[in-house]
Amino acid sequence: MTHALPESIDATVELLRAGNYVADRSLATTLFLAMKLGRPLFLEGEAGVGKTEIANVLSQTLGRRLERLQCYEGLDVSSAVYEWNYAAQMIEIRMAEAEGVHDRERLGSDIFSERFLIKRPLLRALELDGGNAPVLLIDELDRTDEPFEAFLLEILADFQITIPEIGTTKAETPPIVIITSNRTREIHDALKRRCYYHWVDFPDAARERAILAVRVPGAGERLGNELVAFVQELRKVDLFKVPGVAETIDWAEALMQLNAMALDPSVVDDTLGVLLKYQDDIAKVRGSEAAEILKKVNAELAEAN
Amino acid sequence: MSGHDTELEGKLANNILYFGRVLRAAGLPVGPGKVIEAIRAVEAVGLRNKDDFYWGLHSVFVNRQDQHEVFNQAFHIVWRKPNILAQVLGTEMPGMAPPEDAEQANRRVSEAVNNERGDEGDDDREKEQEIELDASLTYSNQEVLQKIDFETMSIEEMAQAKEIIARMRLPITAVRTRRYASDPRGPRIDMRRSFRAGLRYGGSLIPLRRRAQQLRRPPLVVLCDISGSMSNYSRMFLHFVHAITNDQDRVHTFLFGTRLTNVTRYLRNKDVDIALAKVRDAVNDWSGGTRIGHTLGEFNRVWSRRVLGQGALVLLVSDGLDRDAGVGLAAEIERLHKSSRRLIWLNPLLRYRDFEAKSSGIKVIIRHIDDFRPVHSLENLSELAEALAGEWTNSFDITSYVPEEAAAFAAELEGTA
Repeated sequence: MTHALPESIDATVELLRAGNYVADRSLATTLFLAMKLGRPLFLEGEAGVGKTEIANVLSQTLGRRLERLQCYEGLDVSSAVYEWNYAAQMIEIRMAEAEGVHDRERLGSDIFSERFLIKRPLLRALELDGGNAPVLLIDELDRTDEPFEAFLLEILADFQITIPEIGTTKAETPPIVIITSNRTREIHDALKRRCYYHWVDFPDAARERAILAVRVPGAGERLGNELVAFVQELRKVDLFKVPGVAETIDWAEALMQLNAMALDPSVVDDTLGVLLKYQDDIAKVRGSEAAEILKKVNAELAEAN
Repeated sequence: MSGHDTELEGKLANNILYFGRVLRAAGLPVGPGKVIEAIRAVEAVGLRNKDDFYWGLHSVFVNRQDQHEVFNQAFHIVWRKPNILAQVLGTEMPGMAPPEDAEQANRRVSEAVNNERGDEGDDDREKEQEIELDASLTYSNQEVLQKIDFETMSIEEMAQAKEIIARMRLPITAVRTRRYASDPRGPRIDMRRSFRAGLRYGGSLIPLRRRAQQLRRPPLVVLCDISGSMSNYSRMFLHFVHAITNDQDRVHTFLFGTRLTNVTRYLRNKDVDIALAKVRDAVNDWSGGTRIGHTLGEFNRVWSRRVLGQGALVLLVSDGLDRDAGVGLAAEIERLHKSSRRLIWLNPLLRYRDFEAKSSGIKVIIRHIDDFRPVHSLENLSELAEALAGEWTNSFDITSYVPEEAAAFAAELEGTA
């Protein structure tokens, strides 16, 4: 079941909401513009704030195919765009030999035909899916190197790919492109310039509670409120890596498995590894600091009630 | 053409020639050909309008955006009288008044103008210019206050140190990447190109094409101390960093005193004067104290994941004299060491022959580095370049700098004997 693209920012918020994604208005605005004007959306932010999730949700709620390209160092054309099926080509050549075909032209067009072409995400993203362009997710672009970025520039400019032996493939309708980066290096301005940029920040308490209510409905209101207040407070501590939304959700699930109805210092200490992923950070927070935050959180919550 | 006109033209030509020489002294690539072109251009645009005159010369002398500022200032110094055009046609240049607004203008331009007047008596200074930068930096200049005026590099200092440093490169040994490129002697077979080549033989023969991993220099991260005790060295080192930044990609530079500043973008400017001026504007803590632990902590938290992600080589330029006496330094330097490919400490204190790690900051840092080098002379810089270009060895021996370590090592030797 495919849906048309949203016609307004409100509709975009609704669309994401339907896919269990609680977006703030600034993100919805950028996303709306990107879809409306057919430009890629460049999402940057800390790990675990829901950058990749946006593409998943879009593909789901719009009913479009998701083409995902996970970037890594040394990513090249043969794993990003297309590759030939060499084994099959080899057999074809042998067969031709056995049949006594010596027409080079024919052989050339035979073994370099679409039959032997293995399509990779970027090439597949140019193909329509039931009349609709797919969602192309280029994930963690910062992991690859600059040459690939330069290559990507070319594709994002006119959405066409040339295979020397076959010809040029051009997208009838450009795909919805979502690019994410964790900023392990800076992406070149030339690429950023062609995209709508959005820095995905940690959510505020209200939005984080809403996210938790949607994603972990069984957690209950009291635990949810305590948990979010605790994480929000923890993000103010000077840590090497502060927990993201993904960690909050993980933590809520972990606490549910432990049948915890409310936070107490021992539960927090035992499950801190779900929230914090650096030993220094854990050592810093565990014990007195955690207890202090908890005390503060409980006082605030009691006051609010 | 009347005789009068010829005379006027002669003066105009002389003045443009003079202007061209000023520009050349200020670092613009102006040769005799350019001057002739400029004279032609001025003849073409005429002398009725100051703007026409300005842009006429501009179009000839300036061929890169970053030269614009130098040209602009030179223009206004050389032709700064209210009635420029009368002056162009009137007096000849040696009689020109000295530029009063030189303070605000680019130091290089005003010095260039002054030198053109031929009042040079700087031979003595040139003789003093030895390889030791220590001696070379003792020029007398006024504004050595809290915020050192970076621009006050004199022509002499530039002509020598800059000439040498600007030509310096840092050819770091390239490391293998995961990207392949065609290479006739490569270890892997490039199927795609082999098949394409095989077509030529109708498939009866497939000549093998090969490929090999590409090599690439690792990124470089420079952390430079700009506290008072370091100011002479960090300044020269910034010239060096500027030269490297413009020579290779992926160089990131951070300055630290009491706080951390990323100056990478400013140093990318091709013109060293403009680059350093921008650096000076961006940094607030010149020649103050140093809080090494605090600033390294900030680097680790905010920047390390962004610039060290690809296996960077880190140059730490500091004398290790820490206002916080090494508080919180151990954990931060250890983390920095663990997240970099190689951590090299450049310390100007090594100019003292019997340097020993005595201050608490130095004692902490020295335990977490891969190499320890001096950085007080041009010679040191070229040695650094050589060391990084070759095979990396762990020649650094902690016992020669830390007496306690030496004692412990000796005790251990005795124990085993």
